[in-house]
Amino acid sequence: MTRFDLGIVGAGPAGLSAAITAAEAGLSVALLDEQPGPGGQIYRAAGTIPAARRAILGDSYARGETLIEAAAQADITRFPNAQLWAIETGFRVSYTQDGAAAILQCEQLLLATGAMERPMPLPGWTLPGVMGVGAAQILLKQSGLVAEGAVLVGCGPLIYLTAAQMLRAGAAPRALVETQSRGDMARALRHLPGALRGWRSLREGLGLMREIARAGVPRYRAARDISIDGQDRAERVRFRAAGRSHELSCDIVLLHHGVVPHIQAARSAGVAHRWDARQHAFVPVRDRWGQSDVEGLWIAGDGAGIAGAIAAECQGRIAALGIAARLGRISPDLRDRQAQAARRALSRETALRPFLDTAYPPLPEALSPHDDTVICRCEEVTAGAVRRAAGLGCLGPNQAKAFERVGMGPCQGRICGLSVTNLLAEAHGQSAEATGYFRIRPPIKPVTLGELAALDIAAQTRTDT
Amino acid sequence: MRRIWRCSVKTGLPFRNLEPAGTVELRLDGRPVRLTAGANLAAALLEAGLLHLRASPVSNAPRGPFCMMGVCFDCLVEVNGTRRQACLLSVEEGMEIVRPGMAGTDDAL
Repeated sequence: MTRFDLGIVGAGPAGLSAAITAAEAGLSVALLDEQPGPGGQIYRAAGTIPAARRAILGDSYARGETLIEAAAQADITRFPNAQLWAIETGFRVSYTQDGAAAILQCEQLLLATGAMERPMPLPGWTLPGVMGVGAAQILLKQSGLVAEGAVLVGCGPLIYLTAAQMLRAGAAPRALVETQSRGDMARALRHLPGALRGWRSLREGLGLMREIARAGVPRYRAARDISIDGQDRAERVRFRAAGRSHELSCDIVLLHHGVVPHIQAARSAGVAHRWDARQHAFVPVRDRWGQSDVEGLWIAGDGAGIAGAIAAECQGRIAALGIAARLGRISPDLRDRQAQAARRALSRETALRPFLDTAYPPLPEALSPHDDTVICRCEEVTAGAVRRAAGLGCLGPNQAKAFERVGMGPCQGRICGLSVTNLLAEAHGQSAEATGYFRIRPPIKPVTLGELAALDIAAQTRTDT
Repeated sequence: MRRIWRCSVKTGLPFRNLEPAGTVELRLDGRPVRLTAGANLAAALLEAGLLHLRASPVSNAPRGPFCMMGVCFDCLVEVNGTRRQACLLSVEEGMEIVRPGMAGTDDAL
């Protein structure tokens, strides 16, 4: 079995960019992704969709097509429909593909697992018809589906992009129930001078808002006391804004108050993480090339800290150059020179973050939900149950698993992890950093006995020398 | 007891396909259903108005797709005998889909 120079988990912008750069440097590259095609979430299905849908999605999505095309031309071994379930140092990467488990060996491993929605627990958020704004994006990109008369709830640029796309598709949202306040924007203005380096993105954002305003989509600001209810599915959203109560009927409610790194794979490999207070999320500890504290394991893209698709591309290239130098394929000097352009672009992209993170912060009532609100969707554990556990002496997230089963369902704490950390930190008056996060153990995706039995041990243990 | 979806003020289904395509026949809870050929399975079910994909094992609460990216596991359905995330699968003719925990299926509470 081939031992690759570099294994990459995730074929989004960071993974694709890293694969291209690594292949250029003469490394043998394996690129794994869960989906049938490359692009990750942001560039889902890019290159495969009809022109009309492409026009709706806009220029930033088109960038993904260029990247995917470049990767298709490069000497990269693809592993689509591959679900990673374990990482062992050395590296041995266990995954399932086509109903069978398999193992991939690589010298160096790059995790480019991207971002996921920041959990947004609200009363009624588990009802069918309630989805993430990101989910609506994916439905549009991959399947050409658009929700009719949806209510978007939360804050952040993705809300405006999605609303504009829905308008272009002839499916005007019912309303935008926005949760950022004037105070948030006022605090964010302090970061605007720095953000002006990313003026193209700011201009794009303003353009989206004009599109939404021209279409007359109702916008509510500083919404609070938000709840969703219905008989067996979402039927209405209730909230308060500008001193009044509001009720909007709809079939689809789309939630979003930012994205956070998807750290499941990194955590399972024992990578150290730190709390990023401005992004309100855990991020892996890395050096400026993306090397984590696990030797040979690198991280790039939104999985390393939220900075967007273009930044992810830059980080992928930078990490691949670091890896190529680590393997002795290029000199440190060449590595540094070749990384310069990517570092400049990365600096431009990250300049926007302080402004965006401050202008569109997480919704306080979702960070600290009502006692009755479910925060662990899998096991239906409420915020109140976690608070009670804290009161009974439960100190950390892993103890909480034993107290309440929170984090022990199929998603393995992906959805509730940050909520549990927030709740326990609040209950004990401790920082999120001190509170910590669930310990994540493999398998990080389900694997059946049948799939394991189909693992061709003889093929997997023979190595090419 | 059959659930009857109540339409809101708009007529029609919650999702519209910008480019409707041909369908193939599968079986859902033992009954034939037609879904968009080759589409993402969770998306195809949503397109057909099937937002309710399972009953939660804890309280029987109705659940459906939430994240569409393999993170939340709320779209778990039994496909040809194995529980899989519908958002990571594609529609194939003849698939046997059973919605876990719903009335009439084996592990309904």
